[in-house]
Amino acid sequence: MAKQAQSKMSRVLQRRENVAGYLFMLPSLIFFLGFVIIPMFICIITSLTNTNMHDPGMFGSFIGLKNFSDLAKDQVFLKGLANTFIIVIVSVPTVCAFSLWVSSAIYKLKGPVLSAFRCIFYLPVVTGSVAVTVVWKWMYDNYNGILNSVLKSTGIVEKGINWLGDPKTALWCIILILFTTSVGQPIVLYVSALGNVDQTLVEAAQVDGATDLQVFWKIKWAQMMPTTLYILVITTINSFQCFALIQLLTQGGPNHATDTVMYYIYYTAFKLTEQSGHFGYANAMGVVLAIFIGALSALQFKLAKEK
Amino acid sequence: MKSNTARSRAYKIFSIIVLIILAILFLFPLYWIITGAFKPAQDIYNPEPVWLPTEWVTKNFDNLFNKRSAPLYSIFGLSGPTAPAAFRWLINTVFMSVTAMILTCATAAMAGYALAKKRFMGRAILFSLIVCAMALPKQVILIPLLKEMSALKLYDSLWAVIFPTVGWPFGVFLMKQFSESIPGEILEATRIDGASEAKTFITVVLPMVKPGIGALAIFTFINAWNDYFMQLVMLPSGENYTMPLGIASLQAETSIDMGLLMAGAALASVPIIIVFLIFQKYFTQGITMGAVKG
Repeated sequence: MAKQAQSKMSRVLQRRENVAGYLFMLPSLIFFLGFVIIPMFICIITSLTNTNMHDPGMFGSFIGLKNFSDLAKDQVFLKGLANTFIIVIVSVPTVCAFSLWVSSAIYKLKGPVLSAFRCIFYLPVVTGSVAVTVVWKWMYDNYNGILNSVLKSTGIVEKGINWLGDPKTALWCIILILFTTSVGQPIVLYVSALGNVDQTLVEAAQVDGATDLQVFWKIKWAQMMPTTLYILVITTINSFQCFALIQLLTQGGPNHATDTVMYYIYYTAFKLTEQSGHFGYANAMGVVLAIFIGALSALQFKLAKEK
Repeated sequence: MKSNTARSRAYKIFSIIVLIILAILFLFPLYWIITGAFKPAQDIYNPEPVWLPTEWVTKNFDNLFNKRSAPLYSIFGLSGPTAPAAFRWLINTVFMSVTAMILTCATAAMAGYALAKKRFMGRAILFSLIVCAMALPKQVILIPLLKEMSALKLYDSLWAVIFPTVGWPFGVFLMKQFSESIPGEILEATRIDGASEAKTFITVVLPMVKPGIGALAIFTFINAWNDYFMQLVMLPSGENYTMPLGIASLQAETSIDMGLLMAGAALASVPIIIVFLIFQKYFTQGITMGAVKG
């Protein structure tokens, strides 16, 4: 009898928890489901259709995997994919190594000095991609950019280099800007992770005669693995999504030297081309991009776990 | 041993020097925006480097403000007095960022509390859905979002940028991390005192997760302000331009007038940098909390 009452009681309590839980979740869920999950499904479904931007309806007609097989033959897309991978492969390790070095150099500094450095390296993120891009465009400028004028006045080069106009340099210019806007968050994370390293372990190792370098790799690096993993994932995602820089600086040119998947998605959906407004095709690219990012994140998780 | 400490000292000095050089390089673009905004034309087109304006002029800002005009605001069909378009862009950007910030903080604080402290059915599934969504590239869903927004008749309004920003699950995740630290006994005690759920949330939970809300607020504000791609896709017509879009459109039109562009870039970035510097303590805390405790 008592037991029955108790289970009835707990069922009532559970129901109360359910109601309260979902009421608290509700406002957030509306936005999350409505503007994240639903578009995700639209993306996947329309990638199997020939939907056009100018069609009034949400879905055109079903064409199976044709968009994906077209993508495999699309030279511009493949070039964009290759460029995207170059950006990721170059920027992710350099961002990680650079921010690790900066953080280990600054984390023991006094409070205000540490804050100042952290802020300075974070500033390009806060400044905003448009303002940053506009000023870099001027600095890279062929005729009155600061880069060329310094190089010329010091006599390193005779004629100004057309940084953004030359297919050989354009992508590297973009990677450099991307780099300056990517290191801010990793530095903040590494500084706090280094501060949280178990000092007793460090001291014990020093007593045993370990060198600074050994302490760093064997203890600090090992303890910071979760942070490193998180940094790898966010930097990978950021590099894959590199868009504003390209749209404002080169528009994929010269001769597709700086095309990336993200830019090509935008181009396909909005710009006047053969594929004009081909929504399904653009979304197929989005799906491919998401698969690549998901696979890379999973790979990074697996490698980090094994270590 | 002695040579070892000498070496580590030398390394320390070396690293400080490198850090200072790097800091100067990282500050340089901002310095170049601000000085560029005040440079007269002959400095800007000088092929020799001009490190400081030979004369500080406001002509670039005059050009920026006189170039285009727009009603200062338009809400519910009411239009304000005509003003320089740059002011309208600024008002749009502030409205968009503040609204996104308030909505995100309110919804995420509630949801984070529920996920951390309420044992409702389906909680685990919901939470893993949120974590998975966070790992997905946000920009991939932008093009489908556009279709959805035009179906909802929200396309080309600031709400089309605000709602997806609010929906992005990072805020819920962050607030869950902060809510975990609320002691269960306190919640239990308020419940025994007969406080309603809403009252418990407002009087007990909210004060305890205040640092989290501070972090999320500043994070959302800066992200919304600078989310150029989303604004570009959702706001095609000039009257809803935001600061980043306005500068980008000036750039497309007059890619030669660098002074004008720097004035615009200064106007777009200096307010947000000031906000960042004031609240940077919260910000650092938020970034760290969102990452490590996951």
